[in-house]
Amino acid sequence: MKTFTVFVKKEFLHIFRDRRTMLILLVMPVVMIVLFGFAINTDVKDSRVVLLDHSQDELTGRIKEHLLASPYFTLAAEADEVSAVHRLFRENKADIAVVFGAHFTEELTRTGTAAVQVLTDGTEPNQASIRSSYVEAVLASCLPDLLPPGTAPAAYRIEPVVRMLYNPQSRSEFNFVPGVIGLILLLIGAMMTSIAIVKEKETGTLEVLLVSPLSPFVIVVAKLVPYFVLSCTNLMTILLLSTRLLHIPIAGSLAGLVGVTVLYILVALLLGLFISTCAESQLAAMLLSLLLIVPTVYLSGLAFPIGSMPVALQRASLVFPARWYVEAARKLMIQGVEMRYVAGECAILAGMAFALLCVSWKLFKTRL
Amino acid sequence: MAPLVAAHGLRKSFGKTEALRGVGFEVAEGEIYGLIGPDGAGKSTLFRILATLLKADGGTATIDGLDVLAHYRPLRRRIGYMPGRFSLYQDLTVEENLAFFASIFGTTLRENYHLVADIYRQLEPFRHRRAGQLSGGMKQKLALSCTLIHAPRLLLLDEPTTGVDPVSRKEFWDTLRRLRDEQGITVIVSTPYMDEATQCDRIALIQEGAFLRVDTPQGIVDAYADTLWAVRSDRMHRLQDDLHRYPAVRTAFPFGETFHVTLHPGASARALCRHLEDCGHNNVEVRPICAGIEDCFMSLMKKSHES
Repeated sequence: MKTFTVFVKKEFLHIFRDRRTMLILLVMPVVMIVLFGFAINTDVKDSRVVLLDHSQDELTGRIKEHLLASPYFTLAAEADEVSAVHRLFRENKADIAVVFGAHFTEELTRTGTAAVQVLTDGTEPNQASIRSSYVEAVLASCLPDLLPPGTAPAAYRIEPVVRMLYNPQSRSEFNFVPGVIGLILLLIGAMMTSIAIVKEKETGTLEVLLVSPLSPFVIVVAKLVPYFVLSCTNLMTILLLSTRLLHIPIAGSLAGLVGVTVLYILVALLLGLFISTCAESQLAAMLLSLLLIVPTVYLSGLAFPIGSMPVALQRASLVFPARWYVEAARKLMIQGVEMRYVAGECAILAGMAFALLCVSWKLFKTRL
Repeated sequence: MAPLVAAHGLRKSFGKTEALRGVGFEVAEGEIYGLIGPDGAGKSTLFRILATLLKADGGTATIDGLDVLAHYRPLRRRIGYMPGRFSLYQDLTVEENLAFFASIFGTTLRENYHLVADIYRQLEPFRHRRAGQLSGGMKQKLALSCTLIHAPRLLLLDEPTTGVDPVSRKEFWDTLRRLRDEQGITVIVSTPYMDEATQCDRIALIQEGAFLRVDTPQGIVDAYADTLWAVRSDRMHRLQDDLHRYPAVRTAFPFGETFHVTLHPGASARALCRHLEDCGHNNVEVRPICAGIEDCFMSLMKKSHES
């Protein structure tokens, strides 16, 4: 046990003494989250709104005033028919459209509920959903102002019917957090770990470790522990940054999210171990990891929705652990589902971990 | 006394390449045993088999009475193996490196300080310096200390002096001899430098996975039967062709400033001298010399190719 701790300490020293490694491991996740986060936050100000009002009465007029008084919206145009709205979207002169039906006021006063159609540009799903939520907020807050004094606002409701143009299935919101976690953990797990192991091959120290009384199992675990700890640290940093700094809520269970992520970290570390058994030099290890990471960016659904890919690519995406992780993390973080709805993803990740463990164990042993 | 290391008929192939083709030898306790041969001769493979890292395809090897396959666990504590490209942990300090290697073999620097004291004393002023910033000779000393720290009975050193300056190389051999004399450690060491062969008690000349000859360095030199001539002239670049074209010349190998030449029986050095002058060489010098290890190696290699 004492030998093990000495070994782990040595691994930490390797990491702490290499400034570039430290930079990648600890600073990059923060930079990525903050960049992604603020890129989204600044974009949603000054959304250009198109108004299409088939009622043209006093009530809709007051709602429109409220909308345009909000700092988030500026008027792009008042359209007089739907085709004009679509044209403005296509010409990139509008970000969002609010459409009032011809019987809006009548419905509201008669039934207490009236629908407003909100059209958004689905090519930017994140911004689109933030914009539509702002519209919803304005509609809800202006309701008391619209009603004659003395009526209970609770009895009335304006119901926004949101439709995303161009990308109707996208239900994503704050998509990037699970994506960034998926990518960073893969980077640390697969790339940094494989390089750390292959480095010992290059310097001949691995051979000495193997002839030592230490079992190969202890050697492997001792090499993996620091990267596991760092991955968990990064997970914590990312979650703290997203909730505190970027105010992204975690809809589902935090424990469940952490559990799934730890499973994913395990897969990433084993992937690193597997790469290290195939590569003979640090350069080869890095290239092999990049070969894995680059398609992950495109195929795991963290940048592009998998649903809109060609079937062949959708099939290809099945082998990437990040795809399953991002899916499970999104369900937990954004949709807030219960754990049993991500059991499938968890099982697949666990299966991948087991397969990688078997293969790399066999490969590692034959080098003895 | 039973030999410390005994190997019989070791063979190992990697795909179609035969790295070892039936190697057998014995090393007595307290001996410095050198494996001399060019790159690719099979030295590193032999070391890995002895160090229990590699399984031989055939043959057996025992160290200190323990089989390298069956008893690899207890054996690992008794050997100190320095791989060919062993270069320590560059980002750890001298002291950290030594402490780490001590601890993975279940000991501490303090406990076994006496084993490495002689070598480590020279490193101590730099003990907080990172291994990557040491000179080549210093690195070598540290590597040897790391290999010695768990009190092995046998050192397996795979080309420890490759890439080290001549002064440090000489010091390194002095250190090995002191370890043998003072601590009774047995050493199997390989080197591609023929001039280092004379530093060993016994040497094995190895070529293409087979031992050509095993003897003391003096024994190998004494067994050299031919008369050897050192030949030089002022037109060295043409000398090789002219030597090879002369029918009485049996072998001619370039050795730095001169060619080492053997002649067929009955041929005279005088005739060779005259022939070279006729070819247009000036200041021709042909003088008899004593054979070195490298000459023996070349001659044995040629014979093994011919047979």
